Amino acid sequence: MYTRIVTSALFAGAATGLIASLLQLSFVQPVLLHAELYESGELVHFGAQASGAVSAHQDVGGIDPLRDGLSIVFTMLIYAGYGLIMVAAMALAEQRGARINARNGMIWGICGFVVAHLAPGFTLAPEVPGVAAADVHARQAWWFATVAAAAVGVWLIAFGRSWLAWGIAALLLVAPHVVGAPQPDAFTGPVPTEIGALFAARAFGVGLVAWLLLGLMAGHFWQREGQAQGATQPA
Amino acid sequence: MNTQSTALAGSKSGLLPIIVCALIGLGVVFVAGHVQAGALHDAAHDVRHATGFPCH
Repeated sequence: MYTRIVTSALFAGAATGLIASLLQLSFVQPVLLHAELYESGELVHFGAQASGAVSAHQDVGGIDPLRDGLSIVFTMLIYAGYGLIMVAAMALAEQRGARINARNGMIWGICGFVVAHLAPGFTLAPEVPGVAAADVHARQAWWFATVAAAAVGVWLIAFGRSWLAWGIAALLLVAPHVVGAPQPDAFTGPVPTEIGALFAARAFGVGLVAWLLLGLMAGHFWQREGQAQGATQPA
Repeated sequence: MNTQSTALAGSKSGLLPIIVCALIGLGVVFVAGHVQAGALHDAAHDVRHATGFPCH
């Protein structure tokens, strides 16, 4: 069982992480680097000068081998970690009679995105560098609590069999956003809203693709490793 | 012999491997995505922002 979980998770996680990091470097990183020009004060927008307007087209620099290489490594690590959690959950579901394969793995992937990316990001939006934000530890605590609540909620929707279970699931999904995430006392972000909005949209988009791939590949490798080890699939 | 058969039975259907693997996964996500130690934070900075984690 250990071998099957770890092998499936690492293959799926590493492949997903590699693709996700290339998507991030292509679509998210230029927006992040653009924002950093404002974070560092190199560019200042809004009324600081009488003439005002700053060109939306800036040279944000190209590839930085060390920085981007580290990004690739860490993206692969994070999705390998997510892969371990997802495949462990798949193993649990299969023990309880669920069928796991690449196709329904895509549903697992979408649910994973909802749990780990959309749920916390719904109130604690993906942050472009330079935004005003509350204390990082408070935000992290809220992030983990929200992801945990969403994970239980989504599991109860998928595998619960009563209105009580579904009701609890709805509460768990909604509660963190009613309570609210730690927010800054004042808005001091120097980055134009256009960049912040594009950053959040791109972060969500790449996240959805990555989770879809993670679920797809986790389901595929889980089923294949099971066949290789002679484990029987429940019909 | 006894240990071996126990280990085999445990590895066939037990909850233990599932819990252990999920915890390792959680640990990896925590270290790579959330620990604030300087060098780790700098190395993972761009990824943390792009993945929607609270960063700094």
